Amino acid sequence: MDVKNVGDVKIINILPRVDAYNAKELEDGLNDLLTGGAKKLICNFEKNEYISSAGLRVFLAVLKSMKNSGGEIVLCSLQQSVQNIFDISGFSRLFKIFNTADEALGNFK
Amino acid sequence: MNYQDSKKLPAVMENIREAMRFATSFAATMKLPPDRIMSLEMSVEEALVNIVKYAYPAAAGYFEVSCRLSPENKIIVEISDEGIPFDVLAKADPDVTLGVEERKVGGLGIYLMKKLMDEVSYRRENGRNILTLTIMRK
Repeated sequence: MDVKNVGDVKIINILPRVDAYNAKELEDGLNDLLTGGAKKLICNFEKNEYISSAGLRVFLAVLKSMKNSGGEIVLCSLQQSVQNIFDISGFSRLFKIFNTADEALGNFK
Repeated sequence: MNYQDSKKLPAVMENIREAMRFATSFAATMKLPPDRIMSLEMSVEEALVNIVKYAYPAAAGYFEVSCRLSPENKIIVEISDEGIPFDVLAKADPDVTLGVEERKVGGLGIYLMKKLMDEVSYRRENGRNILTLTIMRK
């Protein structure tokens, strides 16, 4: 998984494609970060063009888990087609979504 | 490519991308706009994943994807299997207005399919589950 550290914030670059075939890798990668004690996550969707329900459920599970453990996960840079899927799913209201990674970083200052 | 084409593959997770590409290539050849192709791709994925997970609890089996263009200018994709009878559309939709705590993880795929396609229907015929996805070529 492509992760960049900015202070204590982890910025995860989400792959162009998250589907049922590779969602498990994403889930394992994110869970490893949580196990390692990460409390501040930004998932950057800049390169992501496709996410199916298998991917969405991973983000919901992480959101729930971080709420319970006192951490926070936010998203940024969703392409219009991906934003549309988040809107239909009702996920746009569950997640804080920022236009850019810089704006998302501002959330943690 | 003909106006009708189909592909049959063993129903395993490793084959879903190939089956999805088959449907999206057909749709692209038929000049479906890119955002509609993505909607179709997601819907085909959800259908295939359901087959892989639930259709063949006891043995290995196949899924088949058949694509055609109807005279009414609709792209029709039929996804079928020879597994146990299973109407995926019978399941209740998730409540997408719930907050994080109440919201259940999962159950979203078929809901997305219903929202993204112009029509979705299920029938059981000759020992097969047949899910029909219809999207207007506009």
